[in-house]
Amino acid sequence: MSKTQFLMGNEAIAFGAIEAGVNIATGYPGTPSSEVLETIAHYADQYGIYAEWSINEKVALETAIGAAYAGAKAIATMKQVGLNVASDPLLSLSYIGVKGALVIMVADDPGPHSSQTEQDTRAFAHFANIPVLDPSTPQEAHDMAIWAFELSHKMQTPVILRTTTRVSHGCSDVIVGDLKPVPWDIEGFTKNARWTIFPKLTAQRHPWLEELQQKLSDIFSSSAFNRISGNGCIGIIASGIAYKCVEEILKNLDICVKVFKVGTPYPFPERKALEFLEGLEYAIAVEELDPHIEHQLLQIIGRYNLPVKVYGKEDGTFPKWGEYNVDIVKSGLQKAFSAIGFDGHTGNHQPTVQPQQLPPLPVRQPTLCAGCMHRTVFYAFKRAFANVPAVFSGDIGCYTLGNAEPLNMVDTCLCMGAGISIAAGLQHVQPDVKHVAFIGDSTFFHSGIPAIINAVYNGADITVAVLDNRTTAMTGHQPHPGIGVTATGKPAKAIDIAAIARSCGVELVKSVDAQDLTACIAAAKEAAEFHGPAVLVFRGPCINLEKTGKQYEIDEQECTLCNYCVEQLGCPAISLTDGVPEIQSTCGGCGLCAQICPVNAIVLKEDRS
Amino acid sequence: MKFDILIAGVGGQGVILASRLLGLASIEADLHVTTAETIGMSQREGAVVSHVRIGDEVFGPLIPKGCADLILGMEPAEAVRNMPFLRPGGAMAVNTHAIVPASVAIGASQYEPEQIIAFIKKACPGALLLNATQLAQDAGNYRAANAALLGAAAAAGMLPFSADDLWRAMEKELPQKHIAVNKKAFEMAAHMVYNIKN
Repeated sequence: MSKTQFLMGNEAIAFGAIEAGVNIATGYPGTPSSEVLETIAHYADQYGIYAEWSINEKVALETAIGAAYAGAKAIATMKQVGLNVASDPLLSLSYIGVKGALVIMVADDPGPHSSQTEQDTRAFAHFANIPVLDPSTPQEAHDMAIWAFELSHKMQTPVILRTTTRVSHGCSDVIVGDLKPVPWDIEGFTKNARWTIFPKLTAQRHPWLEELQQKLSDIFSSSAFNRISGNGCIGIIASGIAYKCVEEILKNLDICVKVFKVGTPYPFPERKALEFLEGLEYAIAVEELDPHIEHQLLQIIGRYNLPVKVYGKEDGTFPKWGEYNVDIVKSGLQKAFSAIGFDGHTGNHQPTVQPQQLPPLPVRQPTLCAGCMHRTVFYAFKRAFANVPAVFSGDIGCYTLGNAEPLNMVDTCLCMGAGISIAAGLQHVQPDVKHVAFIGDSTFFHSGIPAIINAVYNGADITVAVLDNRTTAMTGHQPHPGIGVTATGKPAKAIDIAAIARSCGVELVKSVDAQDLTACIAAAKEAAEFHGPAVLVFRGPCINLEKTGKQYEIDEQECTLCNYCVEQLGCPAISLTDGVPEIQSTCGGCGLCAQICPVNAIVLKEDRS
Repeated sequence: MKFDILIAGVGGQGVILASRLLGLASIEADLHVTTAETIGMSQREGAVVSHVRIGDEVFGPLIPKGCADLILGMEPAEAVRNMPFLRPGGAMAVNTHAIVPASVAIGASQYEPEQIIAFIKKACPGALLLNATQLAQDAGNYRAANAALLGAAAAAGMLPFSADDLWRAMEKELPQKHIAVNKKAFEMAAHMVYNIKN
């Protein structure tokens, strides 16, 4: 029985996985992928699925691989940069294959909206020799998720299901099947040389792997996820959200073009592409991120010596960067049509207001929430190092926002867990300057531990400040090994960060109350003086999750209008009205402003409930 | 039939909830709907935009420039920031309560709410302006401002469903403990609009 539900793409994928009978689901939070695992975890107990938030993407993928080796259906979810972390198992796995089924769901982020790179997972799939499915809508994401499990099992290969932000986080009416308990009639692991990678095995399997790519290309050419429509001598080839933009533009035009929608970008459906290229003089490639489909088309045109001219990114018709929308695609199509000499006037909407006509608007950057414990810790270090040359290496999480004015306390940020190693590298070059690394609790578990061990083993004189707010905040407050609860809400051993640091050989390890500014400043100073690696664990609430139940207000009688609270902290709850500072109702009650006011004019609000 | 709604506001104002409620109401009305929302990074007091595309068929989730039939502004500066999406003759319903970002307090940017409101009135003379935050506060919780704005827009006939249909969809989706205050905010705003019309 199918029904229509209003679902986010990620939810639709989760439904598809459950309908396909997924047994094991793993992942690490990463925008825009996190809701897939969250949704599966939500239904896990009800339908007999094992779901976990893994400590990082490498472990998530390896765990799913183990399950797939035993014959189970497994899914591992992550964002595109998470695939980088999982790349070691990924690349070896293609030679070995799977017995059950393994779907790797990876979310790309054109823009980017919340990622360090605009990398294209289709290129990764090509590099890894793993088939990849690329949905354009939440419905397609759902349908492809189901097919991905079938395909993976049938061809004994992992399959990547790759989305972009607007598919993963777009919501729409989706037709889904019934959810029911997943079958667990699984064969189990059978001992066989095929599971142990050796250079000799790899050499034997490589020809099989290359042949598999040909087989998959052929299967894909017959798949309904690749569709040709229309006719003429001008063809548009498109995928993902870019395809939906093309579809929308063409609906309002009365022109004759051939359109090839590609849902399976690698291995490229060559036979279907040749059908598309038949009779074409011009092809226009429309896709976000890398010119992957464009290059595939060009190599086919080259190998078969076809007289088709291609417009795309390589010739500057479309940009190689950024998220696409109807306006960008329209502009590219107009360029291509006019270069061809084709009267395909795409029409232009005149908006009510042009961007240049707008009045001056306030800058509204994302910022640390009002009451966030990170603000206190960053401010404490700023005070502690006021006259001490220091470099502050940050990391990935809410605390990356400590970079903004007026705090300005993040000097470097690269990728998960890098802050500590970068601080060590800086320190080896500039030992006369202090080096501090900030890292969150979830990031610490993800990839901070090896960096700390390395700092001890190789003697890096750095201070590591762990910002422990007991959650993986930025991605939606998922649990992690330090909290004591699993993805499905069951109790777990809460692993102690300070204890780990001690067992790694760090000699100065301190736990500090993140809401006590004086204690934070004292700890920062002590660590700065200490010779050798030091780890300070600042513990406080994530204000989104744990309300303090308090609020502060400014006593107008005492306030001297020095504006210190406003200028020093950048807290969104403190505003200036006609030069007078005021604390808004969004105050989270951390008390930082009260602790810095030089005349003690900021006080707890009387309980008004 | 096609109807494109852009909802603009500040992280924490319930922009995503508003777009979800409109999506659910669309499905109840047997229409197709596609949405695009800003999640995560931008929500930390940043600018948040949702695109809600309703109709007999829908394409990609992002509304092209100059195509939005309606802008729902949870915050005036954010409403104005997104006006290039409004089609000629499009409608606006805007909450006049301004949220001043920290960048203004530290002197890194400016915000003149009166200037912003004046701009809206000039560029979109039929715009519905109300202090939805105050109205929600009067109803019992300033956080119900999104319900108030939806109620006002529905009562003004700006949405492709009636106030009753919209509330029915909202009632199914809102958490039990918040229904009463949201209903009050929704109805107070709707009545305010009916009174203005008469």
